[in-house]
Amino acid sequence: MPTSQAAGGFGAVVRHHLFWPVVALVALLAVNTAVRPGFLSVSILDDHLFGSPIDILRNCAPLMLVALGMSLVIATRGIDLSVGAVVAISGAVALTFIAGAPDPASTTTVLLAIGMALALGLVLGVWNGFLVSVLGIQPIIATLILMTAGRGVAMLITEGQITTVTSAPFKMLGAGYWLGLPVATLVAFGVFALVALLVRRTALGMLVESVGINPAASRLAGVRARTIVWTVFALSGLFSALAGLILSSNVMAADANNAGLFIELDAILAVVIGGTSLAGGKFSLSGTFVGVLIIATLSLTVTNVGISPLVTPLFKALVVAAVTLLQSPAMRRKLSERTRRRGRTAPVTPSDKPADVATDKVVAS
Amino acid sequence: MSKNFRRAGAALFVTALTAASLVACSSEQAPQGAGDGGGESAAASDTIVLGFSQVGAESGWRAANTKSIQDTLTKENGFDLKFSDAQQKQENQIQAIRSYIQQQVDVIAFSPVVETGWDAVLEEAKAADIPVILTDRAVDSEDDTLYESFIGSDFVEEGKRAGEWAVEQYDGEGYKAVELQGTTGAAPMIDRQQGFADAIAGSDIEMIDSQTGNFTRTEGKQVMEGFLQKYDDIDLVFAHNDDMGLGAIEAIEAAGKVPGKDIKIITVDGVKDGMQALADGKINYIVECNPLLGPDLAEIAKKVVAGEEVEKRIVTQDEAFDQEAAKAALPDRQY
Repeated sequence: MPTSQAAGGFGAVVRHHLFWPVVALVALLAVNTAVRPGFLSVSILDDHLFGSPIDILRNCAPLMLVALGMSLVIATRGIDLSVGAVVAISGAVALTFIAGAPDPASTTTVLLAIGMALALGLVLGVWNGFLVSVLGIQPIIATLILMTAGRGVAMLITEGQITTVTSAPFKMLGAGYWLGLPVATLVAFGVFALVALLVRRTALGMLVESVGINPAASRLAGVRARTIVWTVFALSGLFSALAGLILSSNVMAADANNAGLFIELDAILAVVIGGTSLAGGKFSLSGTFVGVLIIATLSLTVTNVGISPLVTPLFKALVVAAVTLLQSPAMRRKLSERTRRRGRTAPVTPSDKPADVATDKVVAS
Repeated sequence: MSKNFRRAGAALFVTALTAASLVACSSEQAPQGAGDGGGESAAASDTIVLGFSQVGAESGWRAANTKSIQDTLTKENGFDLKFSDAQQKQENQIQAIRSYIQQQVDVIAFSPVVETGWDAVLEEAKAADIPVILTDRAVDSEDDTLYESFIGSDFVEEGKRAGEWAVEQYDGEGYKAVELQGTTGAAPMIDRQQGFADAIAGSDIEMIDSQTGNFTRTEGKQVMEGFLQKYDDIDLVFAHNDDMGLGAIEAIEAAGKVPGKDIKIITVDGVKDGMQALADGKINYIVECNPLLGPDLAEIAKKVVAGEEVEKRIVTQDEAFDQEAAKAALPDRQY
C-alpha cells in the first residue's frame, strides 16, 4: 500500500507504482477545474453533499466493485469476462422480484431481492470458478460462456422489457444518501476496504499472488491453488452482483441489454492502469482504486469539458494510452534512470522495495 | 431502438461461440396453429405466407413492434406468419432470409439490424422472385429495386415536431436547452438531432450543449448530472429517446430541481414508462415513434402479392403527446 515508502526521496516517489496513475488523476481534475473553476466545489443540498466530486464517487461505485473482483482474478493469472452479464442478471432478478412482490416498497421485499441477487451472483461466480479450477478451462473461454449467455438469461428474466419499479428502500442503495454521503459509495468503498484488509493483513494476498506466479509450484508448496482460484472467481461474481444492484437502483430500472455493458473492459482497464500485470502475480488494490477513479473522472470530463461525442472514444483512448505507457516497465525504467542520472543519487537501500510492476517476486507491500 | 449498433462489436466477438444457443430466446415462433406447412398452401388458398426476421427483443419499443406484427398477420387476416428473432446479429438475419427463400414464402419482411451488407441475400430473393419489404429501418443499397417498400417512421420529422412544439411553447423566453443524443452515428440520432436543430433555428431557444447518452437510462442520467453541474441555467432537455429522458429526470430530482417545471423535458418514442412520466408531469412532450407497423405491413404485403404498385417509402403515422393527451391515452396504450 502507498505508505510503504516514507524515505527514498523524489526518485522513490516517481518509481512508486501509484505515481503515474495519481498524476493522471490530478491532471484530469486540473483540466476540469481549469474549464470550470467550481468543478471541485461541494455544497450541501437537501441534507446531502452535492457536486461533481460526489457524482464521481457515486458513479464509480459499480466499477469499483467489479474491478475489485477483477484484480483478484487477474492476480491468479485469470480473467473474468462475465462480470457485465452478472451485473445484468443481478439487476434483472432483483427488479423482477420487487416488481412482482405485493408491496414493492417494503424493506423485507427489498432485502429479499438483494439477497437473491447476491446469492445468484455468487453461484454464477462459483460456476466460473468450477470451470476454471476444476475442469481446467482457460479463464477467458470459461467466462466467455457466461458473458454470452448471461445477457440472454437476463433478457429471459425481464422478458425483453426494461423492468422498472418504484421502491424507496431499494432506491437508497444506488441513489440514496447516508450521513450526507452516497450510499453506493459507502457500500463499494466499505467492501473494497474490507477486502484490502483481508488480503493484506492476512496471508491471503500472498497466496493469491503465489498462485498467479506459479500455480504448480504453489500447490507443491502446500498452497491450495484450486480453492484460491475458485474463491476469487466466486468473489468476482458476488461483487458484480452487488454492482448490478447499485447500477439498477441508481436508475430504478433493469435493462438486460445495456446494464453493465462493456464494464468488463473498463474493469480490466482500471486494473491495468493501477499497475497490475495481466500476467498475474503481484497485484495492487490501491492501484485499482486509483484506476477506477481515473475512469469515472474521465467520463465526467467528457461532459464537463464538452468534448464532442464524435471524438470522445479517441480522447479516452489517448488518456488511457498515456497512462498505460507511463506505467509500462520499460518506460518506468527509462524514467527512473533519468532521475538517477540527474545526480540526485537516490540511494538504493535494501529497505527500498522494488516497485516495478513487472517484478515477479512476491511482495506483500 | 438502435442500441444494437453498440453491441455489434461485442456480438462479432462472441459469434463463433456456440454458447449463443444458450440464449434461450426461441428462434422460430410458429404462430398459433400455423403448423409446419411450407409454401404449398399459398398456391392452394389465399393465405399469404410471410417470413419475418425481427432484429431482436432489445427494448420495449421492439417488443411492441413484434407484438403488433404477430397480432396482425394472423390466419384470420389471411396470413401464415413465419417469425424469427435474429438476436441483433446480421448473420442470423441473413440465415433466416435464406431459409425463407428456400421455403418459397410469398413475401419476406425484415427490420435490418445494420444498414449495409444486404445486397447478396436480397439478390437471391430477387432471383427467386420473392418480394422484400423493409420495416422500421432502411438498408443502404445502391439498387433500390432489391426491395418493394420501406415502412417506418421519419426520424427527421420526429426531431422537427419536438423542436416545433418547443418553439411554440417557449419561444421568447430565452430558453437554454441541452440535448441527450442517441448512439453516435445511429440513424435516429443523426436525424432527430438535425430535425430538432432545424426547428429551433430562428427562435431564441439556444442549444448550449449536446452529448451522447447512448439511448440508455444510466448514461442519460450521468450526462445530465454533468450538465447540471456545468450549467445552472438549463431550461429545457431534448432527449433522443424516452429512456435517456427518464435518466435525466432522476438526475434533475437529485439536483433538487423539479423535472417538468424547473427544467422542461421533451423526448421521442412514447414507451410506457415515458408516457407514465409524461402523465405524471415529469416530461412535457413526447413525439411518438410508432412501433405498430403490423397493419401497414399487412396492407403492403397484400398489395405486393396481388401485383399492385406500392410506394417505395411509407411513413408511419406518429402521434405526439402533451401531458393532458398522455393522461387520456395511457389506459389504452398497447406498449
